[in-house]
Amino acid sequence: MTVPSVVAPADVEACADRLFADAVEGAEHAAVDGVLAAYDAGVDAETLLLDVVARVQARVGAEWAGNRLTVAQEHTATAVNDRVVAALAHHPPNRAATAALPALGRVTVACVDGEWHALPARLLAEVLRLRGWHVDYLGAQVPTAHLISHVHRTGPAAVALSGSIPTRLPTAHAVITACQATGTAVLVGGAAFGPDGRFATLLGADAWAPDARAAAGVLAARPVPRPTPAPGLPHLGDQEYTMVARSSRQLVRETLHGLEERYPAMRAYTDRQRRHTAEDIAHIVDFLATALYVDDAELFTGFLGWTAGILAARNVPGRSLLPAVHVLAQRLRDFPRASALLEHGRNHLDESLPHP
Amino acid sequence: MWGAAPYPALVVDVTGTITESNTAARVLFQHAGPGTPLDGAVPAWLSRAHAALTRATGSGADGEVAHGTVGDRVYEAYPSGPDEHGRVVWWLADDTEHRLAAEALRLERERTEFLVEASNSLLSSLNLDRCTEVTARLAARHLADAALVITPAVHRRHPVVYCGPDGEPVRDDLAVDPAQVPGLAEALQGFPPMPSRWIDPAAAPAWVVREGFGAVGSMVVTSLPGHGVPAGALILLRRTEHAAFSEGEEVFARLFAGRAGAAMSAAGLYAEQTSITETLMRELLPPRVQEVDGVELAAGYRPSGEGERVGGDFYDVHPRSAEGEESLVVLGDVCGKGLEAAVLTGKIRTTLQALLPMAADHGRVLRLLNGTLLNGERTRFVTLVLTSVRRTGDGVELRLTSAGHPAPFVVRADRSVEPVPSKGTLIGVLDEIVTTTVTVTLAPGETCLLYTDGITEVMGGPLGDEMFGEARLREELEQCAGMPARALVERVQMLAAQWVGTGHHDDMAVVAISAPAGRKEPA
Repeated sequence: MTVPSVVAPADVEACADRLFADAVEGAEHAAVDGVLAAYDAGVDAETLLLDVVARVQARVGAEWAGNRLTVAQEHTATAVNDRVVAALAHHPPNRAATAALPALGRVTVACVDGEWHALPARLLAEVLRLRGWHVDYLGAQVPTAHLISHVHRTGPAAVALSGSIPTRLPTAHAVITACQATGTAVLVGGAAFGPDGRFATLLGADAWAPDARAAAGVLAARPVPRPTPAPGLPHLGDQEYTMVARSSRQLVRETLHGLEERYPAMRAYTDRQRRHTAEDIAHIVDFLATALYVDDAELFTGFLGWTAGILAARNVPGRSLLPAVHVLAQRLRDFPRASALLEHGRNHLDESLPHP
Repeated sequence: MWGAAPYPALVVDVTGTITESNTAARVLFQHAGPGTPLDGAVPAWLSRAHAALTRATGSGADGEVAHGTVGDRVYEAYPSGPDEHGRVVWWLADDTEHRLAAEALRLERERTEFLVEASNSLLSSLNLDRCTEVTARLAARHLADAALVITPAVHRRHPVVYCGPDGEPVRDDLAVDPAQVPGLAEALQGFPPMPSRWIDPAAAPAWVVREGFGAVGSMVVTSLPGHGVPAGALILLRRTEHAAFSEGEEVFARLFAGRAGAAMSAAGLYAEQTSITETLMRELLPPRVQEVDGVELAAGYRPSGEGERVGGDFYDVHPRSAEGEESLVVLGDVCGKGLEAAVLTGKIRTTLQALLPMAADHGRVLRLLNGTLLNGERTRFVTLVLTSVRRTGDGVELRLTSAGHPAPFVVRADRSVEPVPSKGTLIGVLDEIVTTTVTVTLAPGETCLLYTDGITEVMGGPLGDEMFGEARLREELEQCAGMPARALVERVQMLAAQWVGTGHHDDMAVVAISAPAGRKEPA
């Protein structure tokens, strides 16, 4: 391999293209070798993590959504990327460079309980290590009780919490407030908190960062923000969130039956088709509950639009979501906020999709 | 009539001359007889107030209340007038007691506020370092100019947090002798409780009076009593320009010390307990799993209990001891849940480790394990799969023996999924057990998946009441051909997690054993 004397953005891009190809193929050794070679050629570790690995991971997600990658390829690529991150962390020259940094203190990096997209948190953990932090990376699927006992045990300067799935926002709220109750500041990030971080503010996080570099910047600003008492969510007083969340599976069943009554063709569905329909309805109900929790119509319409796109890429018309939204709205007509969200979502979807 | 009024009163004309005064006024101001100029007969604050009032235009409206000292008392002076002749009547009232009460109330409120803040900050954390820092910071901010918290020695060094006037706590581990500071050794002992001790600042060593603090005016040592355990001691320092500690302040410092000590000892006890739990738990936690002998291995574990880290499912990997031999992978599930089940998994893992030399004969290993469990005091049983793993050329050869455990699946490169047909008795119930060992060969890119019934028996799904089931697992695995072991484990864990949602689930364990796909050489 030739060693370029100057690392140009094009080289970084080429490195990302190579990694994407290797990751999707599951060529772990080639992927690791390629990234380590780029490091040895002078690309700094943070660039490799954020402008190569993170970018490749984002592309993997987009390709999956566009139905150009299978679920198996998506998981394979994620596993390879994870291995690349680990290999870079253990790469001796990188380790030596990190060890030589002045120590900044201790932080905890974790995902919201129930979150299985671990890579964004993992990347943040590595970026913070590269800046000199002593990082406790707890990974995905961290029960809140573990996180809290970890915080008591280690007394970190802050907890950095990562969330990708919006439906985990109510749980994120519980985690944020629990950490703050221990006197620890919470920095949040990830797609779940909205592109502008508005749900971070709503749920009372001490800080929000749009990406890992910004998160490192927030933590570097001393003193790390002091915990503030979380504001309340007065709209929860109508109990609509509680009602929808508690009876979500019941609502899915009722909606499924309602659809079968209205559309006799559905009765001929195979078990598999029926299950997929039920899963789609379950997602709709889960996102509806979340939109009720954060009182945000855009979260729900955004979800419907995204799902319509996923379906369209798989040759299923996005309009096929409309009947389910309609039936669900009938079941929830006594709930003003839920009805408004469903109505708004249905109109939005109806207008934005081509008519058959 | 008003001459006998109990409140001093003076009538002063526009020229500032006293025209009338009552008895009480002449008792208070001896030279305030009629005809005397106000200036000189009364304190300056009152004559200034009169001058100001007379200067002010617009009659009829009463002027502002003036106040000031007369001797060692505080008086308020209420003017009425001036009247049409420009005369003002000044009524005086002794306000000393009211002011003292108000000052005491303000002080008391400030202290209560401080104690509430202190309790909130201290009680929110179970981290000893943080509690100690909070104690030092609060004490330095509210009680003194600097504070030092010292806790009992760990390996002959005392953890010390010093907080100076800058409000930033500084942490050190100091090999110092507390006896250098009078009363400190006793305070550190905690019991019996000692009253606070005043120390001669000149006697304090340099680690107490830090450089740059300036001359110490007063210094006091107080103990931090915990929950029956000594939590440490607090040293408060004030600079010379500040007043020494009053008795009230000293009592208040003890109140604070009581709260701080309780928080610190709770944090200390918590740290001690978690450290013991960590040590004991280490052996029970699922091991880290990585590549063995060119065979890809990955594993995942999720205990049933919310706050638990261990449970009744377990796995282990024993790498081959010599070239050409087999490695052993074990996955199992003991009856029961939680810590008690985890302790049993620990015993089984240890027993299996001891039986490794005979791992070539799965039947023998399982019979010996069966005997061990039958001889135990309580009824306890386990289902498990023993898998001997050996790399053969590009592929991997597996010998699997199931003991009453759900059949592992083999994910083939051609997308077919086969259950491994090894059936055998569960361990720990019957005197005699039956085992069958099945050999399976994995081509590159193929995987064998071992799992516990926590995965397949999980209830949930979109309708909330369906079991995930082996058929569904198998169907999903058909989509997973060619996935590396790590990705497959994550896929299965994610499917189960999605299926269960927020519902209850049992312990879940998964192990994937893969023959690596052909190695692609970097270009």
